[in-house]
Amino acid sequence: MKVKVDPTMCMGHARCVSLAPALFESDELGNAVVIGDGSVNSKWEEAVKLAVANCPEYAISMIE
Amino acid sequence: MHESVDDWSGDYDIFDPKYIENPYPIWQELRVSCPVPHTQRWGGSHMTTTNEDTRKIAKMVDVFSSINPLVVSSDVPVTFDTDTYGVGAPPISTDPPQHGPARRLILPALSPQAVIGYRPFTEQICRSLVTEMGDASYADAAEQYAQQIPPRVIAHILGVDLDDADQFIAWVRDVLEQGKGDVSKRLDAGLAIRMYFAEQVKLKRQSLGSDMVSQILSGDLDGTPVTDPHAIATCVLLLIAGIDTTWSSIGSAIWHLATYPDDQARLRQNRDLLPVAIEEFLRAYSPVTMARLVLKPIRYNGVDFVPGDKLLLNFPAANRDPLAFEDPESVQIDRRDNRHIAFGIGIHRCAGSNLARMEMETSLRILLEMMPPFTLDPRRSVTWGGGQVRGPRNLPLRFSD
Ligand code: HEM
Ligand code: SF4
Repeated sequence: MKVKVDPTMCMGHARCVSLAPALFESDELGNAVVIGDGSVNSKWEEAVKLAVANCPEYAISMIE
Repeated sequence: MHESVDDWSGDYDIFDPKYIENPYPIWQELRVSCPVPHTQRWGGSHMTTTNEDTRKIAKMVDVFSSINPLVVSSDVPVTFDTDTYGVGAPPISTDPPQHGPARRLILPALSPQAVIGYRPFTEQICRSLVTEMGDASYADAAEQYAQQIPPRVIAHILGVDLDDADQFIAWVRDVLEQGKGDVSKRLDAGLAIRMYFAEQVKLKRQSLGSDMVSQILSGDLDGTPVTDPHAIATCVLLLIAGIDTTWSSIGSAIWHLATYPDDQARLRQNRDLLPVAIEEFLRAYSPVTMARLVLKPIRYNGVDFVPGDKLLLNFPAANRDPLAFEDPESVQIDRRDNRHIAFGIGIHRCAGSNLARMEMETSLRILLEMMPPFTLDPRRSVTWGGGQVRGPRNLPLRFSD
């Protein structure tokens, strides 16, 4: 499973960065950047689901 | 005098005492009976009450403009020299294409990474305020605590004198809370803030430091150097947008903890839950309603808007819509799925949201750490302020010994 952020939709609420810091970081403007290739190991699955559910802009998606 | 409201769908009043104190049942009814109600009061407006309408309209930036985002606009013409003091309050009062560069100018100093750097100062302020409040003969957590934190933090970030913080509180309340009566008070305060920052900008130009005013002055708007009037107008916004709002959220959270001792006890036992609880307080007690100005005729959800109409984007009501949240009227401090929009949505997402969250987390954590359990003090009353920004203005507490 991989996680993706649509940069045209992300407005930098940083919910993902606080909920799943192993997978998301903020760029200089506070917008989300996926760390590495976005592969989600099972340890972080729960956190990533929370990030998806809390992103106000629906900018995060998961691909199987 | 205030005229009471009989018909919330055609004659609502966001300054009605009943609405300020307990708007939730009013929104509940409107969502079903008339989701985009109208009023002639305060210059006339419509407002949203559902999550879907609030989200959609916030994104229709070419029709619903931000050039006048105050919920009550003054009819009085601008009384200051705009060539010196700047126009509006960018980026909040701008639309694309001006909006993007004005926003990018301030985002780096308010990013999650930058905000980590403001934490030690915030902790220090919170500790000394709690100590003072603990020593006072009675405790008003709104006036003595919540209200005191954001002006000092923003003064620290901007790099201006901390002793000016009390003055900031008075100015900002005159601008944001004078909805009804006193237009001249509001204009005077607005001008005073502009003159204050005109002076600061002049001083900082002479020797740039590492503070946020200096960063703004040495920044650029997509390649164009920042002019003094633009810098002044931006500073005016940072002061106005960051004080009443954050103080209201901190106050509402403390009100909740004082009113629901079980939740307070739970947070005292489990501090890790605090960030989750804060998101729930932001959802359930969202402080900020913003306005838009209609630029083009449009029919939306049964309403025919014409250019010049005002529309209120009701983020607080959107966050209690049962179509978007399970059991929205119940405040659950462990609500994990919480896609709230207390900081707005789309291009104007609150630029200070990282800072506001840090201030909330720090102030609540330190209050819980330093003080014994508290409840509302029944000998005094809680008062609420509302309109553009809703939150407790007096919050008398009693600490158990
Ligand atoms: C809990 C506290 C706060 C809340 C609930 C809040 C809420 C909001 C909302 C709803 C907006 C969107 C306005 C719109 O769509 O027209 C906004 C914008 C803004 N806020 Fe906040 N705010 C808070 C704290 C702060 C702080 C601490 C600052 C920092 C100095 C700040 C600075 C701004 C700025 C600069 C904008 C304009 C962004 C733009 O137009 O691109 N806010 N805020
Ligand atoms: S929560 Fe959504 S909008 Fe916010 S930074 Fe993450 S991806 Fe972007």
